[in-house]
Amino acid sequence: MNHMNGADAMVKCLEKEGIKAVFGYPGVAICPFFNSILNSDIESILVRTEQNAGHAANGYARVTGEVGVCVATSGPGATNLITGIATAFADSIPIVCITGQVKSSLLGSDVFQEADITGAAESFVKYSYLVKNVDEIPRVFKEAFHIASTGRKGPVLIDVPIDIQNASIAKFRYPEEVSLRTYKPTVNGNVVQIKKVIKELERAERPIICAGGGVLLSNAESELREFSEKYHIPVVSTMMGIGAMPTEHPMYYGMVGNNGKPYANRAMNESDLLIVVGARVADRAMSQPDLITENKVMVHIDVDPAEIGKNVGPTIPLVGDIKHILLDIEKHEFECEHDLWVNTLDLYRETMKIKRKPDRNFVDPESFIGTLSKELDDNAVYVADVGQNQIWSCAYHVVKKGRFLTSGGMGTMGYSIPAAMGAKKALGKDRQVIAVCGDGSFQMSMMELATVRQHDIPIKIIVFNNHYLGMVREYQHYTYSDHYSVVDLTGSPDLEKLSSAYDVKYTRVINMDDAAAKIRAFLDEPGTSLMECMIDPMDLVK
Amino acid sequence: MKRIYSVLVENRSGVLCKVSGLFSRRCFNIDSLAVGETDDPAVSVITIVSSGDKRTIEQIEKQLNKKIDIIKVKTFDESASFSRELLMVKVKYNKSNRKDIMEICDVLKTASIEEVSKNYMLIQMCDTPERTALLIQLLKSVSIVEIARTGTLALPKCSETEA
Repeated sequence: MNHMNGADAMVKCLEKEGIKAVFGYPGVAICPFFNSILNSDIESILVRTEQNAGHAANGYARVTGEVGVCVATSGPGATNLITGIATAFADSIPIVCITGQVKSSLLGSDVFQEADITGAAESFVKYSYLVKNVDEIPRVFKEAFHIASTGRKGPVLIDVPIDIQNASIAKFRYPEEVSLRTYKPTVNGNVVQIKKVIKELERAERPIICAGGGVLLSNAESELREFSEKYHIPVVSTMMGIGAMPTEHPMYYGMVGNNGKPYANRAMNESDLLIVVGARVADRAMSQPDLITENKVMVHIDVDPAEIGKNVGPTIPLVGDIKHILLDIEKHEFECEHDLWVNTLDLYRETMKIKRKPDRNFVDPESFIGTLSKELDDNAVYVADVGQNQIWSCAYHVVKKGRFLTSGGMGTMGYSIPAAMGAKKALGKDRQVIAVCGDGSFQMSMMELATVRQHDIPIKIIVFNNHYLGMVREYQHYTYSDHYSVVDLTGSPDLEKLSSAYDVKYTRVINMDDAAAKIRAFLDEPGTSLMECMIDPMDLVK
Repeated sequence: MKRIYSVLVENRSGVLCKVSGLFSRRCFNIDSLAVGETDDPAVSVITIVSSGDKRTIEQIEKQLNKKIDIIKVKTFDESASFSRELLMVKVKYNKSNRKDIMEICDVLKTASIEEVSKNYMLIQMCDTPERTALLIQLLKSVSIVEIARTGTLALPKCSETEA
């Protein structure tokens, strides 16, 4: 290419980063970029609203372990993206968000479709750039991908004014490495701290590991499993940590928190050594962290030093990459055995199961998700949305060798369909990707049915239809004695007709009688298909 | 508990906003804030005085360290610091209070009258935050027209081990 402009350089940077697809929505201010991308093998997926570009990049990033990319135009395009950015930020998902911007000379003058997006997104990004010189593009992109994917991962925003995209760049050279004097994440754990942890491990009678999303972000699932097996330490997880251990592993005792398993919470409370690994200790997982940690030693392992001591004071802080730290601990020779403790927890698991009393005229979420888990491939990707459906998915989905994705930190409704789309795009036709949502969350992103049809990204969508915003209804049930306010979803579309309008195969399940056979047929369907499950409107997660 | 943060940052546009935004977003106090270039024109120093309990004070330092534009965070107690603030006060005077004003400046030693017109005086003082606050207190009985102050500048005392 003899003449290269800023937009060409942006695309070239994405090629250098190995990006196969971007999720985006055009507008004038990003048109040079979308013009240049036509000369590349990178595929542009046209989402139907920018927020979903963020979620799709999020799903793409989570299943590949690479950086997802989303692209939007200036002004409303950029502001629509903010929820996608904030969702990725809350769960530490590495994405790079590219936004077009008005001409540099017009910045700050409130012209058409100008929004100060770097300012607006400041508290939801790990870092952001407003590119003011075309020659900065290679360095900025190199740094952005590096920052997004190292240390505590997260979204990085690059805002590029249209004149910079159109300016010609003298010489394109993509940097081999970054030199950021202010950014050097800790990878290896401190040796002294590791020794302290080992001392506690040798001493502890009732140790437990609480695994968070950091385990998955560090790609340390097998290390965690080996660690747990080798030292005989039971594992519980936060919502973001689901799938860090296979959920039917004998040493795994479920999700903690106010929507978690009672025996998982009890196990954590009764432990004498709590090892929190890659988790924030946020309010939904531990509502009273100071009480939980009162009579025990707490070790907090996290790549982000600011997480340690933020919500609860640990006895032993240990900063670094989880995978490295677990492997480093294992290098030391020591033994532990906790038969009594493990037997106690097994007993809790047996006896503290919550018995639901489902209405046989509806689909029971527990047995439905159980059946679905059995029918899914071992390595299926299950994307749960937000609401009652999410809590049921967390409680009953069995993760074997697959992945469980959900918006844990931000709790963004409408996450599942675009995230499943991003995951499916990344993994290709042979991997099952399924989105499970409620009728509320479905309607927040149902426009993406067009995207999956247009770009042939066949995902499976299950809608738990209870005609309510169930999670809020449940809250109003307990808090306001069934004084329901704006939770009734009357007026929702007929999903069968909607599916037909989008040319998507539709199945309805009204009760559990023929659920298994219908699930099988639904999963065998080659294209995108939608299954509607009729849920008892009065069903509760607790 | 008062705590002083001496924050070296990249001298780029928007960095001050990121730092102050961090404080407001996480509900940390800023008692005072002062910014200036260092001997290296690419580096600015932001001096922030903040207060909070032990956990907050620790969080502030950690959160500051996370910001990619921040090069280094030094933090120290007020007692371990040499701190100064520059204060300018314009007062309206008349025959009856002129002497009082001059007396106040004399007593406080570091306060000086730098400008005088028929009805106004401009008093300058460079001293510890407590003493500049004292001057304001004393001048309140006169008639303060306007005030400008820098916010606290501070460095760890020389006796501290140099980092």
